[in-house]
Amino acid sequence: MYTQALNTSEAEERNVEDAARAAQFQARIDDEQRIEPNDWMPAAYRKTLTRQISQHAHSEIVGMLPEGNWITRAPSLRRKAALLAKVQDECGHGLYLYAAAETLGTSREELVDQMLAGKAKYSSIFNYPTLSWADIGVIGWLVDGAAIMNQIPLCRCSYGPYARAMIRVCKEESFHQRQGYEIMVTLSRGSEEQKAMAQDALDRWWWPVLMMFGPPDQASQHSDTSTKWKIKRFSNDELRQKFVDATVPQAQYLGLTIPDPGMKQNLATGHWEYSAIDWDEFKQVLAGNGPCNRDRMAARRKAHEEGAWVREAAAAYAEKRSYRQAAQAAE
Amino acid sequence: MLKMAVASIQVSESPLVLYTLRRADDALILGHRLSEWCGHAPMLEEDMALANMGLDLLGQARELYDYAAKVEGNGNDEDKFAYLRDVRQYRNLLLLEQPNGDFARTMVRQFFYAAFADLYWRAMMKSRDATLAAIAAKSEKESAYHVRHSSEWIVRLGDGTAESHARAQTAIDDLWAFIGEMFEVDDSERALIDAGIAVDPAVLRPPWLRLVSDIVSEATLDLPRNNWMQQGGRNGRHSEHLGHLLSELQSMQRTFPGATW
Repeated sequence: MYTQALNTSEAEERNVEDAARAAQFQARIDDEQRIEPNDWMPAAYRKTLTRQISQHAHSEIVGMLPEGNWITRAPSLRRKAALLAKVQDECGHGLYLYAAAETLGTSREELVDQMLAGKAKYSSIFNYPTLSWADIGVIGWLVDGAAIMNQIPLCRCSYGPYARAMIRVCKEESFHQRQGYEIMVTLSRGSEEQKAMAQDALDRWWWPVLMMFGPPDQASQHSDTSTKWKIKRFSNDELRQKFVDATVPQAQYLGLTIPDPGMKQNLATGHWEYSAIDWDEFKQVLAGNGPCNRDRMAARRKAHEEGAWVREAAAAYAEKRSYRQAAQAAE
Repeated sequence: MLKMAVASIQVSESPLVLYTLRRADDALILGHRLSEWCGHAPMLEEDMALANMGLDLLGQARELYDYAAKVEGNGNDEDKFAYLRDVRQYRNLLLLEQPNGDFARTMVRQFFYAAFADLYWRAMMKSRDATLAAIAAKSEKESAYHVRHSSEWIVRLGDGTAESHARAQTAIDDLWAFIGEMFEVDDSERALIDAGIAVDPAVLRPPWLRLVSDIVSEATLDLPRNNWMQQGGRNGRHSEHLGHLLSELQSMQRTFPGATW
Protein backbone atom coordinates (compact mmCIF):
# COMPACT_ATOMS: atom_id res chain seq x y z
CA MET A 1 0.00 0.00 0.00
CA TYR A 2 2.85 2.38 0.68
CA THR A 3 5.36 1.48 -1.97
CA GLN A 4 6.72 4.25 -4.06
CA ALA A 5 8.77 3.00 -6.97
CA LEU A 6 11.51 5.31 -8.15
CA ASN A 7 13.55 4.15 -11.11
CA THR A 8 13.51 0.56 -9.91
CA SER A 9 14.54 -0.66 -13.35
CA GLU A 10 17.78 1.22 -12.95
CA ALA A 11 18.39 0.00 -9.45
CA GLU A 12 21.00 -2.55 -10.33
CA GLU A 13 22.77 -0.31 -12.70
CA ARG A 14 22.88 2.39 -10.04
CA ASN A 15 24.68 0.08 -7.68
CA VAL A 16 27.65 -0.28 -9.98
CA GLU A 17 30.13 2.07 -8.45
CA ASP A 18 32.73 3.13 -10.86
CA ALA A 19 35.51 5.26 -9.51
CA ALA A 20 34.80 8.21 -11.76
CA ARG A 21 31.19 8.52 -10.62
CA ALA A 22 32.22 8.14 -7.00
CA ALA A 23 34.74 10.94 -7.36
CA GLN A 24 32.18 13.15 -9.07
CA PHE A 25 29.68 12.40 -6.31
CA GLN A 26 32.17 13.32 -3.60
CA ALA A 27 33.07 16.51 -5.47
CA ARG A 28 29.42 17.55 -5.47
CA ILE A 29 29.20 16.92 -1.74
CA ASP A 30 32.39 18.86 -1.09
CA ASP A 31 30.86 21.69 -3.10
CA GLU A 32 27.83 21.63 -0.71
CA GLN A 33 25.46 20.55 -3.48
CA ARG A 34 22.38 18.51 -2.56
CA ILE A 35 22.02 14.93 -3.71
CA GLU A 36 18.52 14.22 -5.02
CA PRO A 37 16.65 10.87 -5.28
CA ASN A 38 17.34 10.24 -8.95
CA ASP A 39 21.02 11.19 -8.77
CA TRP A 40 23.66 8.49 -8.79
CA MET A 41 24.94 7.68 -5.31
CA PRO A 42 27.20 5.03 -3.81
CA ALA A 43 25.30 2.02 -2.47
CA ALA A 44 26.81 2.61 0.98
CA TYR A 45 25.53 6.21 1.01
CA ARG A 46 22.04 4.96 0.17
CA LYS A 47 22.26 2.28 2.84
CA THR A 48 23.55 4.63 5.52
CA LEU A 49 20.86 7.19 4.82
CA THR A 50 18.07 4.63 4.61
CA ARG A 51 19.16 3.32 7.99
CA GLN A 52 19.47 6.75 9.57
CA ILE A 53 16.25 8.24 8.17
CA SER A 54 14.18 5.17 8.95
CA GLN A 55 15.56 4.99 12.50
CA HIS A 56 14.63 8.61 12.84
CA ALA A 57 11.11 7.87 11.55
CA HIS A 58 10.72 4.90 13.91
CA SER A 59 11.85 7.14 16.79
CA GLU A 60 9.11 9.65 15.99
CA ILE A 61 6.48 6.92 15.96
CA VAL A 62 7.65 5.05 19.05
CA GLY A 63 8.16 8.46 20.67
CA MET A 64 4.40 9.01 20.47
CA LEU A 65 3.93 6.36 23.17
CA PRO A 66 5.62 7.81 26.27
CA GLU A 67 3.95 11.19 25.76
CA GLY A 68 0.70 9.66 24.57
CA ASN A 69 0.65 8.02 27.98
CA TRP A 70 -0.37 11.40 29.46
CA ILE A 71 -2.86 12.73 26.88
CA THR A 72 -5.87 11.33 28.72
CA ARG A 73 -4.54 12.59 32.07
CA ALA A 74 -3.23 16.05 31.14
CA PRO A 75 -4.03 18.38 34.04
CA SER A 76 -5.85 21.14 32.15
CA LEU A 77 -7.73 21.41 28.87
CA ARG A 78 -5.08 23.75 27.49
CA ARG A 79 -2.32 21.25 28.31
CA LYS A 80 -4.39 18.40 26.93
CA ALA A 81 -4.89 20.12 23.58
CA ALA A 82 -1.21 21.13 23.39
CA LEU A 83 -0.03 17.60 24.17
CA LEU A 84 -2.39 15.97 21.70
CA ALA A 85 -1.24 18.43 19.02
CA LYS A 86 2.38 17.75 19.89
CA VAL A 87 2.06 13.99 19.65
CA GLN A 88 0.20 14.47 16.38
CA ASP A 89 3.14 16.55 15.10
CA GLU A 90 5.46 13.67 15.92
CA CYS A 91 3.30 11.37 13.86
CA GLY A 92 3.56 13.90 11.03
CA HIS A 93 7.35 13.90 11.38
CA GLY A 94 7.31 10.11 11.15
CA LEU A 95 5.30 10.39 7.94
CA TYR A 96 7.64 12.91 6.25
CA LEU A 97 10.64 10.86 7.30
CA TYR A 98 9.24 7.60 5.95
CA ALA A 99 8.50 9.46 2.73
CA ALA A 100 12.10 10.76 2.64
CA ALA A 101 13.40 7.22 3.25
CA GLU A 102 11.16 5.88 0.47
CA THR A 103 12.90 8.16 -2.03
CA LEU A 104 15.96 5.94 -1.47
CA GLY A 105 14.04 2.92 -2.72
CA THR A 106 12.72 1.09 0.36
CA SER A 107 8.98 1.15 1.04
CA ARG A 108 7.48 2.37 4.29
CA GLU A 109 5.86 -1.02 4.74
CA GLU A 110 9.22 -2.75 4.58
CA LEU A 111 10.81 -0.26 6.95
CA VAL A 112 7.96 -0.61 9.45
CA ASP A 113 8.19 -4.40 9.22
CA GLN A 114 11.91 -4.21 10.07
CA MET A 115 11.07 -2.16 13.14
CA LEU A 116 8.27 -4.47 14.26
CA ALA A 117 10.56 -7.46 13.77
CA GLY A 118 13.04 -5.82 16.13
CA LYS A 119 15.63 -5.48 13.34
CA ALA A 120 15.72 -1.68 13.24
CA LYS A 121 16.62 0.67 16.04
CA TYR A 122 14.84 3.72 17.37
CA SER A 123 16.08 6.30 19.84
CA SER A 124 16.96 4.69 23.17
CA ILE A 125 15.31 7.54 25.09
CA PHE A 126 11.80 6.27 24.36
CA ASN A 127 12.48 3.12 26.35
CA TYR A 128 12.13 5.07 29.59
CA PRO A 129 8.73 5.46 31.27
CA THR A 130 6.75 8.68 31.82
CA LEU A 131 5.77 8.45 35.48
CA SER A 132 4.48 11.93 36.25
CA TRP A 133 3.19 15.01 34.47
CA ALA A 134 6.61 16.61 34.98
CA ASP A 135 8.03 13.99 32.61
CA ILE A 136 6.02 15.65 29.84
CA GLY A 137 7.73 18.93 30.69
CA VAL A 138 11.18 17.35 30.81
CA ILE A 139 10.66 15.51 27.53
CA GLY A 140 9.79 18.76 25.79
CA TRP A 141 12.60 20.69 27.43
CA LEU A 142 15.42 18.14 27.27
CA VAL A 143 14.50 15.34 24.88
CA ASP A 144 13.23 17.74 22.22
CA GLY A 145 16.09 20.08 23.09
CA ALA A 146 18.62 17.33 22.47
CA ALA A 147 16.81 16.30 19.30
CA ILE A 148 17.03 19.87 18.00
CA MET A 149 20.78 19.98 18.73
CA ASN A 150 21.13 16.82 16.67
CA GLN A 151 18.78 17.89 13.91
CA ILE A 152 19.71 21.51 13.20
CA PRO A 153 22.92 20.39 11.45
CA LEU A 154 20.84 17.82 9.51
CA CYS A 155 18.99 20.70 7.83
CA ARG A 156 22.22 21.02 5.80
CA CYS A 157 22.59 17.28 5.24
CA SER A 158 23.82 16.40 1.74
CA TYR A 159 20.69 14.39 0.93
CA GLY A 160 18.02 16.85 -0.24
CA PRO A 161 14.80 15.13 0.90
CA TYR A 162 16.21 14.51 4.39
CA ALA A 163 17.52 18.07 4.73
CA ARG A 164 14.16 19.52 3.67
CA ALA A 165 12.23 17.23 6.05
CA MET A 166 14.53 18.34 8.86
CA ILE A 167 13.85 22.03 8.25
CA ARG A 168 10.17 21.43 8.82
CA VAL A 169 10.71 19.09 11.74
CA CYS A 170 13.09 21.50 13.50
CA LYS A 171 10.59 24.36 13.35
CA GLU A 172 7.97 22.24 15.10
CA GLU A 173 10.50 20.79 17.55
CA SER A 174 11.57 24.21 18.77
CA PHE A 175 7.94 25.04 19.45
CA HIS A 176 7.64 21.79 21.43
CA GLN A 177 10.79 22.58 23.34
CA ARG A 178 9.44 25.97 24.42
CA GLN A 179 6.17 24.33 25.45
CA GLY A 180 8.06 21.77 27.56
CA TYR A 181 10.14 24.44 29.21
CA GLU A 182 7.01 26.41 29.97
CA ILE A 183 5.58 23.35 31.77
CA MET A 184 8.80 23.24 33.81
CA VAL A 185 8.57 26.95 34.64
CA THR A 186 5.00 26.46 35.87
CA LEU A 187 5.99 23.49 38.03
CA SER A 188 9.02 25.22 39.47
CA ARG A 189 6.82 28.14 40.54
CA GLY A 190 4.17 25.82 41.95
CA SER A 191 3.67 23.94 45.21
CA GLU A 192 6.40 21.98 46.98
CA GLU A 193 4.89 18.82 45.52
CA GLN A 194 5.15 20.24 42.01
CA LYS A 195 8.76 21.34 42.52
CA ALA A 196 9.64 17.87 43.81
CA MET A 197 7.91 16.34 40.81
CA ALA A 198 9.98 18.54 38.47
CA GLN A 199 13.25 17.63 40.23
CA ASP A 200 12.41 13.93 40.22
CA ALA A 201 11.72 14.03 36.48
CA LEU A 202 15.03 15.80 35.81
CA ASP A 203 16.84 13.23 38.00
CA ARG A 204 15.42 10.35 35.99
CA TRP A 205 15.83 11.83 32.49
CA TRP A 206 19.16 13.67 32.68
CA TRP A 207 21.57 10.81 31.99
CA PRO A 208 19.41 9.06 29.39
CA VAL A 209 19.13 12.41 27.55
CA LEU A 210 22.92 12.78 27.45
CA MET A 211 23.05 9.29 25.95
CA MET A 212 20.80 10.44 23.08
CA PHE A 213 23.85 11.96 21.37
CA GLY A 214 25.27 8.48 20.94
CA PRO A 215 28.48 6.84 22.05
CA PRO A 216 31.59 8.90 22.75
CA ASP A 217 33.57 9.90 19.66
CA GLN A 218 36.27 7.29 20.02
CA ALA A 219 33.62 4.53 20.05
CA SER A 220 31.27 5.78 17.32
CA GLN A 221 30.94 3.33 14.42
CA HIS A 222 29.46 5.43 11.69
CA SER A 223 30.97 8.87 12.13
CA ASP A 224 33.87 8.93 9.67
CA THR A 225 32.05 8.16 6.45
CA SER A 226 28.99 10.11 7.56
CA THR A 227 31.18 13.15 8.06
CA LYS A 228 32.81 12.72 4.64
CA TRP A 229 29.35 12.55 3.06
CA LYS A 230 28.14 15.54 5.05
CA ILE A 231 25.35 13.59 6.65
CA LYS A 232 26.96 14.36 9.98
CA ARG A 233 28.63 17.70 10.62
CA PHE A 234 29.45 17.59 14.32
CA SER A 235 30.67 14.75 16.46
CA ASN A 236 28.56 13.16 19.19
CA ASP A 237 30.68 14.67 21.93
CA GLU A 238 30.64 18.14 20.37
CA LEU A 239 26.85 18.12 20.22
CA ARG A 240 26.54 16.70 23.72
CA GLN A 241 28.78 19.46 25.10
CA LYS A 242 26.82 22.12 23.26
CA PHE A 243 23.62 20.73 24.76
CA VAL A 244 24.99 20.63 28.30
CA ASP A 245 26.28 24.19 28.02
CA ALA A 246 22.89 25.41 26.84
CA THR A 247 20.97 23.45 29.48
CA VAL A 248 22.82 24.28 32.69
CA PRO A 249 21.67 27.92 32.85
CA GLN A 250 18.11 26.83 32.02
CA ALA A 251 18.13 24.42 34.96
CA GLN A 252 19.55 27.15 37.18
CA TYR A 253 16.75 29.49 36.16
CA LEU A 254 14.25 26.80 37.14
CA GLY A 255 15.95 26.31 40.50
CA LEU A 256 16.52 22.63 39.68
CA THR A 257 19.68 20.66 40.37
CA ILE A 258 21.29 18.64 37.59
CA PRO A 259 21.89 15.19 39.11
CA ASP A 260 25.66 15.29 38.60
CA PRO A 261 27.44 16.41 41.77
CA GLY A 262 30.77 16.31 39.92
CA MET A 263 29.70 18.78 37.23
CA LYS A 264 31.73 21.99 37.12
CA GLN A 265 32.40 24.83 34.76
CA ASN A 266 35.84 24.99 33.22
CA LEU A 267 36.67 28.65 33.61
CA ALA A 268 39.21 28.61 30.79
CA THR A 269 36.86 27.16 28.15
CA GLY A 270 33.52 28.15 29.67
CA HIS A 271 32.24 24.59 29.12
CA TRP A 272 30.33 22.70 31.76
CA GLU A 273 32.23 19.46 32.33
CA TYR A 274 30.03 16.52 33.23
CA SER A 275 30.89 13.25 34.95
CA ALA A 276 31.36 9.93 33.18
CA ILE A 277 28.25 8.57 31.45
CA ASP A 278 27.23 5.01 32.28
CA TRP A 279 27.59 3.53 28.80
CA ASP A 280 26.68 0.09 30.10
CA GLU A 281 23.18 1.34 30.74
CA PHE A 282 23.06 2.67 27.17
CA LYS A 283 24.22 -0.68 25.77
CA GLN A 284 21.62 -2.51 27.82
CA VAL A 285 18.84 -0.26 26.57
CA LEU A 286 19.99 -0.72 22.96
CA ALA A 287 20.12 -4.47 23.53
CA GLY A 288 16.42 -4.41 24.43
CA ASN A 289 16.77 -4.32 28.20
CA GLY A 290 15.58 -0.78 28.95
CA PRO A 291 12.62 -0.39 31.30
CA CYS A 292 10.08 -0.09 28.45
CA ASN A 293 11.59 -1.74 25.34
CA ARG A 294 9.19 -4.65 25.49
CA ASP A 295 6.17 -2.47 26.21
CA ARG A 296 6.97 -0.11 23.33
CA MET A 297 7.38 -2.91 20.82
CA ALA A 298 4.28 -4.66 22.12
CA ALA A 299 2.24 -1.48 21.72
CA ARG A 300 3.44 -0.89 18.15
CA ARG A 301 2.85 -4.52 17.18
CA LYS A 302 -0.62 -4.49 18.73
CA ALA A 303 -1.60 -1.35 16.80
CA HIS A 304 -0.22 -2.88 13.61
CA GLU A 305 -1.88 -6.26 14.04
CA GLU A 306 -5.22 -4.88 15.22
CA GLY A 307 -5.20 -2.43 12.33
CA ALA A 308 -4.51 -5.10 9.69
CA TRP A 309 -8.19 -5.68 8.90
CA VAL A 310 -8.72 -1.93 8.44
CA ARG A 311 -5.83 -1.63 5.98
CA GLU A 312 -7.07 -4.73 4.15
CA ALA A 313 -10.57 -3.25 3.95
CA ALA A 314 -9.22 0.02 2.54
CA ALA A 315 -7.18 -1.86 -0.07
CA ALA A 316 -10.10 -4.13 -1.02
CA TYR A 317 -12.44 -1.16 -1.37
CA ALA A 318 -9.93 0.78 -3.49
CA GLU A 319 -9.56 -2.21 -5.78
CA LYS A 320 -13.33 -2.69 -6.16
CA ARG A 321 -13.72 0.98 -6.89
CA SER A 322 -11.08 1.12 -9.58
CA TYR A 323 -12.55 -2.04 -11.12
CA ARG A 324 -16.02 -0.42 -11.16
CA GLN A 325 -14.63 2.79 -12.63
CA ALA A 326 -12.83 0.86 -15.34
CA ALA A 327 -16.01 -1.10 -16.07
CA GLN A 328 -18.01 2.13 -16.30
CA ALA A 329 -15.47 3.72 -18.60
CA ALA A 330 -15.63 0.67 -20.88
CA GLU A 331 -19.43 0.93 -21.26
CA MET B 1 -1.01 15.77 56.68
CA LEU B 2 -3.88 14.17 54.92
CA LYS B 3 -5.33 16.37 52.23
CA MET B 4 -9.01 16.34 51.51
CA ALA B 5 -9.90 15.54 47.94
CA VAL B 6 -11.41 18.49 46.14
CA ALA B 7 -15.17 18.37 46.21
CA SER B 8 -17.01 18.72 42.96
CA ILE B 9 -18.15 22.23 42.06
CA GLN B 10 -21.73 23.39 42.24
CA VAL B 11 -23.19 24.71 39.02
CA SER B 12 -26.19 27.02 38.83
CA GLU B 13 -27.81 25.42 35.83
CA SER B 14 -29.93 28.13 34.29
CA PRO B 15 -31.41 26.90 30.99
CA LEU B 16 -28.68 28.60 28.94
CA VAL B 17 -25.86 27.32 31.19
CA LEU B 18 -27.27 23.80 31.10
CA TYR B 19 -27.75 23.97 27.34
CA THR B 20 -24.20 25.14 26.76
CA LEU B 21 -22.69 22.61 29.17
CA ARG B 22 -24.51 19.77 27.44
CA ARG B 23 -22.87 20.65 24.11
CA ALA B 24 -19.51 21.31 25.75
CA ASP B 25 -19.63 17.91 27.46
CA ASP B 26 -20.47 16.25 24.12
CA ALA B 27 -17.38 17.77 22.55
CA LEU B 28 -15.06 17.05 25.48
CA ILE B 29 -16.10 13.44 25.96
CA LEU B 30 -15.90 12.54 22.28
CA GLY B 31 -12.63 14.48 21.94
CA HIS B 32 -11.23 12.55 24.89
CA ARG B 33 -12.29 9.24 23.39
CA LEU B 34 -10.61 10.12 20.09
CA SER B 35 -7.45 11.15 21.90
CA GLU B 36 -7.25 7.64 23.38
CA TRP B 37 -6.38 6.39 19.89
CA CYS B 38 -3.29 8.55 19.60
CA GLY B 39 -0.32 6.29 18.88
CA HIS B 40 -2.47 3.19 18.42
CA ALA B 41 -4.41 3.74 15.19
CA PRO B 42 -4.47 1.24 12.28
CA MET B 43 -2.21 3.50 10.17
CA LEU B 44 -0.28 6.71 10.69
CA GLU B 45 -2.68 8.69 8.52
CA GLU B 46 -5.49 7.72 10.90
CA ASP B 47 -3.41 8.66 13.94
CA MET B 48 -3.26 12.10 12.36
CA ALA B 49 -6.94 12.25 11.41
CA LEU B 50 -8.28 11.01 14.75
CA ALA B 51 -6.07 13.48 16.60
CA ASN B 52 -7.27 16.23 14.27
CA MET B 53 -10.91 15.54 15.01
CA GLY B 54 -10.12 15.20 18.71
CA LEU B 55 -8.41 18.59 18.69
CA ASP B 56 -11.36 20.21 16.91
CA LEU B 57 -13.70 18.84 19.55
CA LEU B 58 -11.49 19.87 22.45
CA GLY B 59 -11.41 23.37 20.98
CA GLN B 60 -15.20 23.43 20.73
CA ALA B 61 -15.50 22.19 24.31
CA ARG B 62 -13.21 24.92 25.60
CA GLU B 63 -15.15 27.70 23.88
CA LEU B 64 -18.44 26.34 25.10
CA TYR B 65 -17.23 25.91 28.70
CA ASP B 66 -15.81 29.38 28.62
CA TYR B 67 -19.16 30.74 27.53
CA ALA B 68 -21.05 28.69 30.12
CA ALA B 69 -18.73 30.12 32.79
CA LYS B 70 -19.44 33.68 31.64
CA VAL B 71 -23.17 33.13 31.57
CA GLU B 72 -23.16 31.43 34.95
CA GLY B 73 -20.91 34.08 36.54
CA ASN B 74 -20.00 31.97 39.58
CA GLY B 75 -16.23 31.89 39.14
CA ASN B 76 -16.22 28.53 37.37
CA ASP B 77 -14.04 28.08 34.29
CA GLU B 78 -13.31 25.51 31.60
CA ASP B 79 -11.08 23.42 33.85
CA LYS B 80 -13.46 23.44 36.79
CA PHE B 81 -16.28 22.29 34.53
CA ALA B 82 -14.13 19.57 32.99
CA TYR B 83 -12.19 18.36 36.01
CA LEU B 84 -14.41 19.01 39.01
CA ARG B 85 -17.80 17.63 38.08
CA ASP B 86 -18.76 14.06 38.77
CA VAL B 87 -20.60 11.58 36.56
CA ARG B 88 -24.04 12.80 37.59
CA GLN B 89 -23.15 16.39 36.71
CA TYR B 90 -21.96 15.52 33.21
CA ARG B 91 -24.57 16.11 30.51
CA ASN B 92 -23.16 14.52 27.36
CA LEU B 93 -24.95 12.12 25.04
CA LEU B 94 -24.56 8.45 25.97
CA LEU B 95 -23.35 7.73 22.43
CA LEU B 96 -20.20 9.77 22.92
CA GLU B 97 -18.99 8.10 26.12
CA GLN B 98 -19.20 4.62 24.58
CA PRO B 99 -15.74 3.04 24.52
CA ASN B 100 -13.74 3.18 21.29
CA GLY B 101 -13.98 -0.56 20.66
CA ASP B 102 -12.50 -1.44 17.29
CA PHE B 103 -11.93 1.07 14.51
CA ALA B 104 -15.36 0.36 13.01
CA ARG B 105 -17.09 1.21 16.26
CA THR B 106 -15.11 4.43 16.62
CA MET B 107 -15.97 5.45 13.06
CA VAL B 108 -19.66 4.60 13.32
CA ARG B 109 -19.91 6.59 16.57
CA GLN B 110 -18.08 9.45 14.85
CA PHE B 111 -20.31 9.30 11.80
CA PHE B 112 -23.60 9.19 13.73
CA TYR B 113 -22.55 12.17 15.82
CA ALA B 114 -20.81 14.22 13.11
CA ALA B 115 -23.77 13.83 10.76
CA PHE B 116 -25.91 15.30 13.51
CA ALA B 117 -23.40 17.93 14.67
CA ASP B 118 -22.89 19.27 11.18
CA LEU B 119 -26.62 19.88 10.68
CA TYR B 120 -26.88 21.19 14.22
CA TRP B 121 -24.06 23.73 13.97
CA ARG B 122 -25.22 24.90 10.56
CA ALA B 123 -28.64 25.62 12.03
CA MET B 124 -27.12 27.22 15.13
CA MET B 125 -25.29 29.76 13.00
CA LYS B 126 -28.66 31.56 12.99
CA SER B 127 -28.98 31.51 16.79
CA ARG B 128 -30.03 34.81 18.40
CA ASP B 129 -27.24 34.23 20.87
CA ALA B 130 -24.24 35.86 19.18
CA THR B 131 -21.63 33.78 21.02
CA LEU B 132 -23.31 30.47 20.22
CA ALA B 133 -23.73 31.57 16.61
CA ALA B 134 -20.02 32.37 16.38
CA ILE B 135 -19.02 29.03 17.93
CA ALA B 136 -21.40 27.35 15.51
CA ALA B 137 -19.80 29.01 12.47
CA LYS B 138 -16.39 27.66 13.44
CA SER B 139 -17.64 24.25 14.55
CA GLU B 140 -19.63 23.68 11.39
CA LYS B 141 -16.49 23.82 9.25
CA GLU B 142 -14.89 21.24 11.50
CA SER B 143 -17.87 18.93 11.67
CA ALA B 144 -18.22 19.03 7.88
CA TYR B 145 -14.75 17.46 7.69
CA HIS B 146 -15.68 14.94 10.40
CA VAL B 147 -18.71 13.85 8.36
CA ARG B 148 -16.64 13.50 5.22
CA HIS B 149 -13.87 11.55 6.90
CA SER B 150 -16.10 9.20 8.88
CA SER B 151 -18.58 8.59 6.05
CA GLU B 152 -15.72 7.64 3.72
CA TRP B 153 -14.61 5.09 6.25
CA ILE B 154 -18.13 3.70 6.70
CA VAL B 155 -18.25 3.06 2.96
CA ARG B 156 -14.74 1.55 2.85
CA LEU B 157 -15.41 -0.71 5.81
CA GLY B 158 -18.90 -1.73 4.72
CA ASP B 159 -17.86 -2.39 1.14
CA GLY B 160 -14.34 -3.61 1.95
CA THR B 161 -13.80 -7.18 3.12
CA ALA B 162 -16.22 -9.64 4.74
CA GLU B 163 -14.56 -8.98 8.08
CA SER B 164 -14.76 -5.20 7.87
CA HIS B 165 -18.37 -5.46 6.70
CA ALA B 166 -19.29 -7.61 9.68
CA ARG B 167 -17.50 -5.31 12.12
CA ALA B 168 -19.16 -2.20 10.68
CA GLN B 169 -22.60 -3.82 10.83
CA THR B 170 -22.05 -4.87 14.46
CA ALA B 171 -21.02 -1.34 15.36
CA ILE B 172 -24.14 0.12 13.73
CA ASP B 173 -26.37 -2.41 15.48
CA ASP B 174 -24.74 -1.77 18.86
CA LEU B 175 -24.73 2.02 18.68
CA TRP B 176 -28.13 2.57 17.08
CA ALA B 177 -29.91 2.67 20.45
CA PHE B 178 -28.03 5.85 21.32
CA ILE B 179 -29.07 8.04 18.40
CA GLY B 180 -32.53 8.93 19.74
CA GLU B 181 -31.05 11.11 22.46
CA MET B 182 -29.57 13.51 19.91
CA PHE B 183 -33.08 14.62 18.89
CA GLU B 184 -34.63 14.93 22.34
CA VAL B 185 -35.80 18.19 23.86
CA ASP B 186 -36.74 18.86 27.49
CA ASP B 187 -38.65 21.79 28.97
CA SER B 188 -35.55 23.86 29.69
CA GLU B 189 -34.46 23.58 26.05
CA ARG B 190 -37.97 24.18 24.74
CA ALA B 191 -37.87 27.71 26.16
CA LEU B 192 -34.54 28.41 24.43
CA ILE B 193 -35.90 27.07 21.15
CA ASP B 194 -38.91 29.35 21.44
CA ALA B 195 -36.59 32.28 22.08
CA GLY B 196 -34.58 31.55 18.90
CA ILE B 197 -31.43 30.78 20.89
CA ALA B 198 -31.48 27.02 20.33
CA VAL B 199 -32.60 24.98 17.34
CA ASP B 200 -35.22 22.28 17.51
CA PRO B 201 -33.30 19.05 16.94
CA ALA B 202 -36.47 17.27 15.83
CA VAL B 203 -36.21 19.32 12.63
CA LEU B 204 -32.76 17.83 12.03
CA ARG B 205 -33.91 14.26 12.26
CA PRO B 206 -35.19 13.76 8.67
CA PRO B 207 -32.06 15.17 6.98
CA TRP B 208 -29.87 13.21 9.43
CA LEU B 209 -31.71 9.99 8.63
CA ARG B 210 -31.45 10.70 4.90
CA LEU B 211 -27.69 11.23 5.03
CA VAL B 212 -27.11 8.23 7.28
CA SER B 213 -29.34 5.96 5.18
CA ASP B 214 -27.56 7.02 1.98
CA ILE B 215 -24.10 6.33 3.34
CA VAL B 216 -25.11 3.10 5.04
CA SER B 217 -26.69 1.81 1.87
CA GLU B 218 -23.68 2.86 -0.24
CA ALA B 219 -21.62 0.88 2.26
CA THR B 220 -23.88 -2.15 1.59
CA LEU B 221 -24.85 -2.10 5.28
CA ASP B 222 -28.27 -2.03 6.94
CA LEU B 223 -29.90 0.18 9.52
CA PRO B 224 -31.36 -1.75 12.45
CA ARG B 225 -35.10 -2.28 12.73
CA ASN B 226 -34.96 -2.07 16.51
CA ASN B 227 -36.05 1.42 17.43
CA TRP B 228 -35.75 1.21 21.19
CA MET B 229 -33.69 4.21 22.30
CA GLN B 230 -31.59 4.62 25.44
CA GLN B 231 -31.65 7.96 27.18
CA GLY B 232 -30.41 9.71 30.30
CA GLY B 233 -27.11 11.36 29.39
CA ARG B 234 -28.60 14.84 29.21
CA ASN B 235 -29.75 14.45 32.82
CA GLY B 236 -26.59 12.85 34.14
CA ARG B 237 -27.82 9.24 34.07
CA HIS B 238 -24.90 7.69 32.23
CA SER B 239 -23.55 4.31 31.28
CA GLU B 240 -20.91 2.75 33.53
CA HIS B 241 -18.23 3.80 31.06
CA LEU B 242 -18.26 7.51 31.87
CA GLY B 243 -17.03 7.08 35.46
CA HIS B 244 -13.88 5.35 34.25
CA LEU B 245 -13.27 7.98 31.60
CA LEU B 246 -13.61 10.74 34.23
CA SER B 247 -11.41 9.01 36.77
CA GLU B 248 -8.63 9.12 34.19
CA LEU B 249 -9.42 12.58 32.82
CA GLN B 250 -9.66 14.11 36.31
CA SER B 251 -6.91 12.20 38.10
CA MET B 252 -4.40 15.08 38.34
CA GLN B 253 -6.93 17.66 39.50
CA ARG B 254 -8.35 15.27 42.08
CA THR B 255 -4.90 14.19 43.33
CA PHE B 256 -3.37 17.67 43.60
CA PRO B 257 -6.26 19.88 44.69
CA GLY B 258 -6.00 23.49 43.66
CA ALA B 259 -2.65 23.23 41.85
CA THR B 260 -1.99 25.25 38.69
CA TRP B 261 -0.46 23.40 35.77
